[in-house]
Amino acid sequence: MAEAQAAPRTYTLYEARKRIHPQSVKGKFRSIKWAILWVTLGIYYLLPFLRWHRGPHEPSQAVLIDLANGRFYFFFIELWPQEVYYIMGLLILAAFTLFLMNAVAGRIWCGYLCPQTVWTDLFLWVERVIEGDRRERIKLDAAPWTAKKIGQKAAKHALWLMIAWWTGGAWVLYFADAPTLVKALATGEAPLVAYLWIGILTFTTYVLAGFMREQVCTYMCPWPRIQGALTDEHSLNISYRYDRGEPRGSVKKSAQLKAQGLPAGDCVDCFQCVAACPAGIDIRDGLQMECIQCGLCADACDAVMLKLGRPTGLIAYDTDANIKRRMRGEPPVYKVLRARSLLYAVLILGVGIAMLTALATRSFTGLSALHDRNPIYVTLADGSIRNGYTLRLLNKRPIERRFTLEVDGLPGARVEAVGAVEARDGKPILTVGPDRTEEVRVLVFGPQGAHLDPSTPIVFRIVDLASGETASVADLFKAP
Amino acid sequence: MAHASQKNLEALADQETTGHEWDGIEEFNNPLPRWWLWLLYATVVWSIAYWVVYPSWPLVRDYTHGLFGYSQRAAVLNEVEAARAARGELGKALASAPLEEIRKDPELLKLALANGKAAFGDNCASCHGTGATGRTGYPNLQDDEWLWGGTLEEIYQTIRVGARAGHGETRQSEMLAFGRDGMLKREEIRAVANYVLSLSGRAFDPKLKLEDGQAIFAQNCAACHGETGKGNKEMGAPDLTDAIWLYGSSPEQVMATIHNGRKGVMPSWEGRLDPVTIKALAVYVHSLGGGQ
Repeated sequence: MAEAQAAPRTYTLYEARKRIHPQSVKGKFRSIKWAILWVTLGIYYLLPFLRWHRGPHEPSQAVLIDLANGRFYFFFIELWPQEVYYIMGLLILAAFTLFLMNAVAGRIWCGYLCPQTVWTDLFLWVERVIEGDRRERIKLDAAPWTAKKIGQKAAKHALWLMIAWWTGGAWVLYFADAPTLVKALATGEAPLVAYLWIGILTFTTYVLAGFMREQVCTYMCPWPRIQGALTDEHSLNISYRYDRGEPRGSVKKSAQLKAQGLPAGDCVDCFQCVAACPAGIDIRDGLQMECIQCGLCADACDAVMLKLGRPTGLIAYDTDANIKRRMRGEPPVYKVLRARSLLYAVLILGVGIAMLTALATRSFTGLSALHDRNPIYVTLADGSIRNGYTLRLLNKRPIERRFTLEVDGLPGARVEAVGAVEARDGKPILTVGPDRTEEVRVLVFGPQGAHLDPSTPIVFRIVDLASGETASVADLFKAP
Repeated sequence: MAHASQKNLEALADQETTGHEWDGIEEFNNPLPRWWLWLLYATVVWSIAYWVVYPSWPLVRDYTHGLFGYSQRAAVLNEVEAARAARGELGKALASAPLEEIRKDPELLKLALANGKAAFGDNCASCHGTGATGRTGYPNLQDDEWLWGGTLEEIYQTIRVGARAGHGETRQSEMLAFGRDGMLKREEIRAVANYVLSLSGRAFDPKLKLEDGQAIFAQNCAACHGETGKGNKEMGAPDLTDAIWLYGSSPEQVMATIHNGRKGVMPSWEGRLDPVTIKALAVYVHSLGGGQ
């Protein structure tokens, strides 16, 4: 009967979010975070309007992802879809840079630079301006619904939605000429896809920065899970210096302990670090997965220490190794240069140099060839053999260019291009428009009466009439 | 846990059942969710509206056309018309420009080649092959040998009127059946075939005298194929001195051609294809490599 009387216990696999109300703080790290917030948001919102003149045939937007024409513009760089490896290189660089940051000074990215952190900070600021600081917000959330509460909540969400809408609005400006699109958006004439993307990004910004916040960092982001593999005892991390702080206790209690000649720590157990934490953790429990190392707990602690007349830096950037050394009475050592950080630096340097070299030696002329499949070759009336090809010429310069076409590897061969009206020294002249490709059918006539192998390697070459730039491509000349 | 499930049944005992009972097994009345049922009713209403506005019911000779008068055929025709309109000025220019001009204008040439390629696949490829290489009896359009001429105008004309087709201006000529109709004897055919093949270095029987064959050729063949066997494009008579043989270059094939004659048919496309498509086809075929 005991079994029947036991209250049924339900277990849920879903951990309900505990609402966090971070306390506002002032201090060194807070100032740095504000500065970074305004700079990065400023870049994000204003960059699409920056102009960069490229000539009459190209867009004059400094940063533009032109999906319709398959071009990516970044100041003086213009990339074509087939050069997506530059983007790959950038991603690899970004990954190694994150690794290096983490090895040297922990989650700098997460704490200061990540869009999730920046927008959450901005949304928190709005929340604080309208609803007040931690204490007022907790009270307001617990209070019954009054006209004032409804008004405050409505104002907050309206402001959030406005910021979110601007975020989406700025996003689409990277994909079209910004001033034109702004005008079109204002008059309701922008393409549907623009509104759609603004809508999607408004929604994600509103939800991620307004509601999910630290949940994104803890559950959605892979970074906390791989962080453990990238950090070691010599990495600087926002740490609670327990060597100095423990045993913690109130000012009174520690004074009593000291009077008795017993050890007493500097931590007064005031919980200001916990109140300030946007991830809702206690930094004194040590380095944790949820900690984005934003430094706000250090600011909060420093303020308390200053008031008590104790040295600041009880919570500060420090390494695990140094805290342990201090406990043993040894002087701290800083090993920024170690195998891990050197390896990341060398990899960054290697990838960076490779990318710069590739960019500097990037060709503005291209040629590719496709041999006719049907027929492989044609026998002509005089018994000679002709092969057909489709060539594609690439002109990555913003001007119209003229090329001569020649073929190597088959002595006595003649080359003709369908549609070419001019020729120089028997070589057809092909014109390619600015920043465009041109497809052209080309016929190669084998020498009459010569014995030809079933397959002879040949090379097509185009030469720019003005600059002398060349591009070539290998193919085969087929015969019976 | 037996007692627990027993308890469950007791708890459910006063629930409504459908009233059906088989050997003591009863069925609970679990109706469909309301929203599901309403969706079903909505689709029923929708289908009735659909019958009214769209074609739906077959009749004996016809079908119900519906209030909207929609038809897939009309929709396709509209799209074709829209595609034609979308070509705009360029399409009009293609219709009015002379053939030579199309060849020299890069924009028009591109449009003509694209149209021509599509039209070739639809209309010509069944005989001339998808690569336009032809096969025995069907000329290879990639090479530079032309029965009726290889200039743009001549190709256009051949496509328009066809060869030995029903068209009033069709290309007309005939390779006579010299053997079957008793004009040449078996040995004479052998001799003239040996001579004809010797023109391109393919003589097959050294015992036969070339002079005999030449004499027969001059009497019977030169009228169309010319004194030197170079052919005559006015009459669609092929060049017999080159490397290209429409009906094959083996002695047997050449003798069969002389014995039975040849009159291959190319349909006339005027009336079946619009003039712009014929133009585009001419430009496309000319561009394949053999155009003159």
